Amino acid sequence: MEQLNYRHVAAKRANGSKAQALVGVVASGNLEVLVERTLPDGECEVDIRTADEGFGKLWQAVVADFVERRSPGGLKLSINDGGARPDMIALRLAQAVRAVEGERS
Amino acid sequence: MSATLMDAWYEASARQRLSGLLDEDSFMEFIGPEQRETSPHLSLFNLPEQFDDGMIVGRGRLNGAPVLIAAQEGRFMGGAFGEVHGAKLTGLLRAARGIASMPVLILFDTGGVRLQEANAGELAIAEIMRALIQARLAGVPVIGLIGGRAGCYGGGGLIAACCSALAVSEQGRIGVSGPEVIETNRGVKEFNASDRVLVWRTMGGKHRLLMGGAEIFSDDSMASFREAARYLIAHAPAMTTATLEAEQSRLEQRIARFGGFEDSLEIWRSMGADDAKAIPGLTYQEFVVLADMLEEPRHDAR
Repeated sequence: MEQLNYRHVAAKRANGSKAQALVGVVASGNLEVLVERTLPDGECEVDIRTADEGFGKLWQAVVADFVERRSPGGLKLSINDGGARPDMIALRLAQAVRAVEGERS
Repeated sequence: MSATLMDAWYEASARQRLSGLLDEDSFMEFIGPEQRETSPHLSLFNLPEQFDDGMIVGRGRLNGAPVLIAAQEGRFMGGAFGEVHGAKLTGLLRAARGIASMPVLILFDTGGVRLQEANAGELAIAEIMRALIQARLAGVPVIGLIGGRAGCYGGGGLIAACCSALAVSEQGRIGVSGPEVIETNRGVKEFNASDRVLVWRTMGGKHRLLMGGAEIFSDDSMASFREAARYLIAHAPAMTTATLEAEQSRLEQRIARFGGFEDSLEIWRSMGADDAKAIPGLTYQEFVVLADMLEEPRHDAR
């Protein structure tokens, strides 16, 4: 298992007031994202546990792109990964923010 | 009525089933994913955990009435029972026994015990069965709903057999040894696991309903399972010696009647289905009409 952790500065706070949301499932090629509103408004943290070791650079790029697009300020996102590809990861991260912002996931 | 994709039970996640089944926004989870009560075993095998360990337990309302409820996520490790996964259901059933006035719904979706935590998983099955029977003895209806991708196999099949009543959809399968297990141990001549039609007509919802292994045949939709759950809670049999004796005698009659047959098609014919081969292709409504004519006589036992 490999644990990866990325902290970013976010331009704005994520909308809504929901405290947490959970999307996805830990299955082959899939992942779950638990999103919790626990950080100061300008911060974002993504914590990843994955069985596929050695893909740190890919995760770093996907997470940086996600923070820039969604500006998930105040959110901590915890991921259990079942070997998902970058496109699936990006979709799940976006879905997690929508879910905690109160839109339908 | 054909279910839309969003409404389909089979396609839904455990959490989608909970929100589709219960009254809107009524679900309150116990030991939610934020508590990270994950498996202590999986990391030893270099396997990823899931925050809820594939078992979601809590309380909610069904048509206004409070219920305790558990749902398995069949896509995480095949919905298999591990230590934490099982302990959450044991705890729910013990709470149900203590409260004694809230029925329990179990949304099965499982291949059985998780092999990576086999001993803990097997123990969990035994603890769940004990807690379930104790809850039933306290007067609590425990209803199983089966229509997920993984079916209800292994220890899950044993737990289902302990329930007060079951609802199953056509997609749902109930058994102890799954198709691959039978083929591996007894050979392809005994059971060809790659023959999907054979698997479903032996273990699938239609056959289980006709044989009396489930009380209600549900359509593959949230609404149909909700109606089935509501009905079964209201009509759950008591857990008494008389119930068990009636069940024993019913099983004896069943094996006397059907024990010599090789295939469910022969059983259906002997029940009076002239066109037994057509049964797997019948729609929900067509099958319900036929089943009402063919089904084994009802007992307050299963």
